[in-house]
Amino acid sequence: MKGQLTRRRLIQGLMSVVALSAVPLQLLARAKGAFEATKKDAVYKAVFGDLPIVESTDVKMKIPDIAENGAVVPVSVSTSIEGVEGIFVIIDNNPNPLSASFHMGPSSAADISVRVKMGKSSIVRGMVKTADKVYMTSQEVKVTIGGCGG
Amino acid sequence: MTIKPVKIRGKIKDGTAKIKALMPHPMETGTRRDANDQVIPAHFIEEVVCELNGAMTLKAEWGASVSKNPYFAFKINSAKPGDVVKISWTDNLGESSSGELTLK
Repeated sequence: MKGQLTRRRLIQGLMSVVALSAVPLQLLARAKGAFEATKKDAVYKAVFGDLPIVESTDVKMKIPDIAENGAVVPVSVSTSIEGVEGIFVIIDNNPNPLSASFHMGPSSAADISVRVKMGKSSIVRGMVKTADKVYMTSQEVKVTIGGCGG
Repeated sequence: MTIKPVKIRGKIKDGTAKIKALMPHPMETGTRRDANDQVIPAHFIEEVVCELNGAMTLKAEWGASVSKNPYFAFKINSAKPGDVVKISWTDNLGESSSGELTLK
Protein backbone atom coordinates (compact mmCIF):
# COMPACT_ATOMS: atom_id res chain seq x y z
CA MET A 1 0.00 0.00 0.00
CA LYS A 2 2.73 2.36 0.96
CA GLY A 3 4.71 1.52 -2.15
CA GLN A 4 1.65 2.09 -4.31
CA LEU A 5 1.08 5.46 -2.76
CA THR A 6 4.57 6.67 -3.42
CA ARG A 7 4.45 5.42 -6.97
CA ARG A 8 1.19 7.24 -7.49
CA ARG A 9 2.71 10.32 -5.92
CA LEU A 10 5.68 9.97 -8.19
CA ILE A 11 3.51 9.70 -11.27
CA GLN A 12 1.39 12.63 -10.18
CA GLY A 13 4.54 14.61 -9.59
CA LEU A 14 5.87 13.73 -12.99
CA MET A 15 2.58 14.63 -14.62
CA SER A 16 2.55 18.06 -13.02
CA VAL A 17 6.12 18.66 -14.11
CA VAL A 18 5.15 17.72 -17.65
CA ALA A 19 2.09 19.96 -17.47
CA LEU A 20 4.11 22.87 -16.13
CA SER A 21 6.90 22.58 -18.64
CA ALA A 22 4.39 22.26 -21.47
CA VAL A 23 3.01 25.74 -20.87
CA PRO A 24 6.17 27.83 -21.32
CA LEU A 25 7.08 25.68 -24.32
CA GLN A 26 3.83 26.68 -25.95
CA LEU A 27 4.43 30.33 -25.14
CA LEU A 28 7.98 30.28 -26.40
CA ALA A 29 6.67 28.40 -29.40
CA ARG A 30 8.70 30.31 -32.04
CA ALA A 31 6.63 27.99 -34.20
CA LYS A 32 9.50 25.54 -33.65
CA GLY A 33 8.29 23.03 -36.17
CA ALA A 34 8.05 25.77 -38.77
CA PHE A 35 11.77 26.37 -38.93
CA GLU A 36 12.52 22.66 -38.95
CA ALA A 37 9.97 21.79 -41.61
CA THR A 38 11.53 20.63 -44.85
CA LYS A 39 8.58 21.27 -47.17
CA LYS A 40 6.85 24.57 -47.74
CA ASP A 41 3.43 23.03 -47.18
CA ALA A 42 4.51 21.94 -43.71
CA VAL A 43 5.73 25.47 -43.06
CA TYR A 44 2.37 26.89 -44.17
CA LYS A 45 0.58 24.56 -41.79
CA ALA A 46 2.86 25.35 -38.86
CA VAL A 47 2.81 29.11 -39.37
CA PHE A 48 -0.55 29.94 -40.90
CA GLY A 49 -2.72 27.02 -39.79
CA ASP A 50 -5.87 27.03 -41.89
CA LEU A 51 -5.75 30.66 -43.01
CA PRO A 52 -6.42 31.04 -46.74
CA ILE A 53 -3.39 32.05 -48.81
CA VAL A 54 -3.97 34.44 -51.71
CA GLU A 55 -1.61 35.93 -54.26
CA SER A 56 -1.55 39.69 -53.97
CA THR A 57 0.15 42.53 -55.78
CA ASP A 58 -0.12 44.59 -52.60
CA VAL A 59 2.82 42.65 -51.23
CA LYS A 60 6.01 44.09 -52.65
CA MET A 61 9.15 42.02 -52.63
CA LYS A 62 12.52 43.23 -53.79
CA ILE A 63 15.01 40.50 -54.55
CA PRO A 64 17.49 40.03 -57.42
CA ASP A 65 16.46 37.74 -60.33
CA ILE A 66 19.96 36.33 -60.36
CA ALA A 67 21.96 36.00 -57.17
CA GLU A 68 25.64 35.65 -57.93
CA ASN A 69 26.40 34.61 -54.39
CA GLY A 70 23.77 32.47 -52.70
CA ALA A 71 25.32 33.16 -49.30
CA VAL A 72 24.10 36.74 -49.33
CA VAL A 73 20.81 37.45 -51.09
CA PRO A 74 19.24 40.76 -50.09
CA VAL A 75 15.46 40.61 -49.79
CA SER A 76 12.96 43.31 -48.84
CA VAL A 77 9.27 42.76 -48.21
CA SER A 78 6.80 45.57 -47.70
CA THR A 79 3.08 46.01 -48.00
CA SER A 80 0.36 48.63 -47.79
CA ILE A 81 -2.14 46.10 -46.41
CA GLU A 82 -3.65 47.10 -43.06
CA GLY A 83 -3.50 44.98 -39.93
CA VAL A 84 -0.28 43.13 -40.66
CA GLU A 85 0.65 40.65 -37.95
CA GLY A 86 3.71 39.17 -39.51
CA ILE A 87 5.96 38.99 -42.53
CA PHE A 88 7.56 35.72 -43.60
CA VAL A 89 10.30 34.87 -46.07
CA ILE A 90 10.09 31.36 -47.49
CA ILE A 91 12.62 29.83 -49.88
CA ASP A 92 11.11 26.70 -51.45
CA ASN A 93 14.30 24.81 -52.27
CA ASN A 94 16.26 25.46 -49.08
CA PRO A 95 16.67 22.50 -46.69
CA ASN A 96 14.37 24.39 -44.31
CA PRO A 97 12.18 26.67 -46.43
CA LEU A 98 11.21 29.11 -43.68
CA SER A 99 14.06 31.56 -43.48
CA ALA A 100 12.87 34.47 -41.40
CA SER A 101 9.72 35.74 -39.77
CA PHE A 102 8.91 39.16 -38.39
CA HIS A 103 6.13 39.89 -35.94
CA MET A 104 4.89 43.44 -36.12
CA GLY A 105 4.25 45.48 -33.04
CA PRO A 106 2.09 48.59 -32.74
CA SER A 107 4.60 51.11 -34.11
CA SER A 108 6.53 49.08 -36.65
CA ALA A 109 5.77 49.54 -40.33
CA ALA A 110 5.28 46.52 -42.57
CA ASP A 111 8.57 47.04 -44.34
CA ILE A 112 11.61 44.90 -43.63
CA SER A 113 14.91 44.08 -45.29
CA VAL A 114 17.21 41.19 -44.52
CA ARG A 115 19.83 39.05 -46.23
CA VAL A 116 19.31 35.33 -46.66
CA LYS A 117 21.25 32.29 -47.83
CA MET A 118 20.04 30.21 -50.75
CA GLY A 119 21.36 26.70 -51.42
CA LYS A 120 20.25 26.71 -55.06
CA SER A 121 17.89 28.42 -57.45
CA SER A 122 14.44 28.59 -55.96
CA ILE A 123 11.15 30.36 -55.77
CA VAL A 124 11.23 32.88 -52.94
CA ARG A 125 7.98 33.88 -51.29
CA GLY A 126 7.19 37.00 -49.34
CA MET A 127 4.14 36.34 -47.21
CA VAL A 128 2.11 38.77 -45.15
CA LYS A 129 -0.14 37.45 -42.42
CA THR A 130 -3.20 39.32 -41.23
CA ALA A 131 -5.89 38.15 -38.83
CA ASP A 132 -7.97 36.38 -41.49
CA LYS A 133 -5.80 35.94 -44.58
CA VAL A 134 -2.28 35.41 -45.83
CA TYR A 135 -1.14 37.50 -48.78
CA MET A 136 1.70 36.22 -50.91
CA THR A 137 4.00 37.30 -53.66
CA SER A 138 6.69 35.12 -55.17
CA GLN A 139 9.64 35.35 -57.49
CA GLU A 140 12.12 32.91 -58.92
CA VAL A 141 15.74 33.59 -58.05
CA LYS A 142 18.58 31.93 -59.91
CA VAL A 143 21.65 31.21 -57.83
CA THR A 144 25.06 30.90 -59.46
CA ILE A 145 27.02 29.86 -56.36
CA GLY A 146 25.16 28.13 -53.51
CA GLY A 147 25.19 29.51 -50.00
CA CYS A 148 24.75 26.36 -47.95
CA GLY A 149 27.75 24.10 -47.87
CA GLY A 150 30.43 26.56 -49.03
CA MET B 1 33.59 33.53 -30.59
CA THR B 2 33.69 36.95 -29.06
CA ILE B 3 30.25 38.44 -28.87
CA LYS B 4 30.05 41.85 -30.44
CA PRO B 5 27.40 44.49 -29.89
CA VAL B 6 24.71 45.19 -32.48
CA LYS B 7 25.55 48.16 -34.69
CA ILE B 8 22.55 50.37 -35.33
CA ARG B 9 22.04 53.34 -37.61
CA GLY B 10 18.79 55.22 -37.93
CA LYS B 11 17.33 58.20 -39.71
CA ILE B 12 14.00 59.93 -39.30
CA LYS B 13 12.28 61.09 -42.45
CA ASP B 14 8.74 62.47 -42.42
CA GLY B 15 8.06 60.93 -39.02
CA THR B 16 9.14 57.44 -40.04
CA ALA B 17 12.43 56.12 -38.76
CA LYS B 18 14.39 53.76 -40.98
CA ILE B 19 16.55 51.60 -38.77
CA LYS B 20 19.44 49.50 -40.04
CA ALA B 21 21.21 47.00 -37.87
CA LEU B 22 24.26 44.79 -38.29
CA MET B 23 24.77 41.86 -35.96
CA PRO B 24 28.17 40.22 -36.12
CA HIS B 25 27.42 36.48 -35.90
CA PRO B 26 28.69 33.33 -37.71
CA MET B 27 25.16 32.02 -38.52
CA GLU B 28 26.30 28.42 -39.00
CA THR B 29 23.59 26.26 -40.55
CA GLY B 30 24.79 22.97 -39.10
CA THR B 31 25.12 21.44 -42.56
CA ARG B 32 28.61 22.67 -43.44
CA ARG B 33 31.71 20.54 -42.89
CA ASP B 34 35.19 21.72 -41.97
CA ALA B 35 38.49 20.70 -43.60
CA ASN B 36 38.48 17.41 -41.62
CA ASP B 37 34.98 16.54 -42.81
CA GLN B 38 33.52 17.20 -39.37
CA VAL B 39 30.09 18.80 -39.26
CA ILE B 40 30.31 22.37 -37.98
CA PRO B 41 27.55 22.59 -35.36
CA ALA B 42 24.62 24.89 -35.98
CA HIS B 43 25.00 28.30 -34.40
CA PHE B 44 22.56 30.98 -35.45
CA ILE B 45 20.46 33.83 -34.14
CA GLU B 46 16.96 32.61 -33.35
CA GLU B 47 15.30 35.70 -32.05
CA VAL B 48 15.72 39.43 -32.51
CA VAL B 49 13.75 41.84 -30.38
CA CYS B 50 13.45 45.53 -31.26
CA GLU B 51 12.32 47.92 -28.60
CA LEU B 52 11.25 51.54 -28.91
CA ASN B 53 11.62 53.43 -25.62
CA GLY B 54 11.51 50.12 -23.77
CA ALA B 55 8.37 48.73 -25.43
CA MET B 56 8.67 45.88 -27.90
CA THR B 57 7.87 47.08 -31.38
CA LEU B 58 9.01 44.16 -33.51
CA LYS B 59 10.12 40.60 -32.93
CA ALA B 60 11.92 38.62 -35.58
CA GLU B 61 12.41 34.87 -35.53
CA TRP B 62 15.05 33.51 -37.82
CA GLY B 63 16.18 30.17 -39.09
CA ALA B 64 19.75 29.24 -39.95
CA SER B 65 19.32 30.48 -43.51
CA VAL B 66 19.75 34.13 -42.66
CA SER B 67 23.15 35.27 -43.95
CA LYS B 68 26.29 35.46 -41.86
CA ASN B 69 26.64 38.74 -39.93
CA PRO B 70 22.95 39.53 -40.47
CA TYR B 71 21.86 42.86 -41.83
CA PHE B 72 18.36 43.81 -40.86
CA ALA B 73 16.42 46.95 -41.71
CA PHE B 74 12.94 47.96 -40.66
CA LYS B 75 10.79 51.06 -40.16
CA ILE B 76 9.17 52.62 -37.13
CA ASN B 77 6.10 54.82 -37.54
CA SER B 78 5.69 58.09 -35.68
CA ALA B 79 9.26 58.23 -34.44
CA LYS B 80 10.67 61.43 -33.03
CA PRO B 81 14.12 62.68 -32.07
CA GLY B 82 15.16 61.40 -28.67
CA ASP B 83 13.44 58.03 -29.07
CA VAL B 84 15.64 55.15 -28.01
CA VAL B 85 15.81 52.08 -30.24
CA LYS B 86 17.22 48.92 -28.72
CA ILE B 87 17.89 45.76 -30.67
CA SER B 88 18.88 42.53 -28.98
CA TRP B 89 19.35 38.99 -30.25
CA THR B 90 19.49 35.53 -28.75
CA ASP B 91 21.03 32.58 -30.57
CA ASN B 92 20.41 28.83 -30.38
CA LEU B 93 23.26 28.41 -27.86
CA GLY B 94 21.70 30.95 -25.52
CA GLU B 95 24.20 33.69 -26.23
CA SER B 96 22.92 37.20 -26.64
CA SER B 97 23.95 40.72 -27.43
CA SER B 98 22.32 44.07 -27.99
CA GLY B 99 22.79 47.61 -29.17
CA GLU B 100 21.11 50.93 -28.59
CA LEU B 101 20.59 54.08 -30.59
CA THR B 102 19.06 57.41 -29.69
CA LEU B 103 17.33 58.85 -32.74
CA LYS B 104 18.28 62.34 -33.82
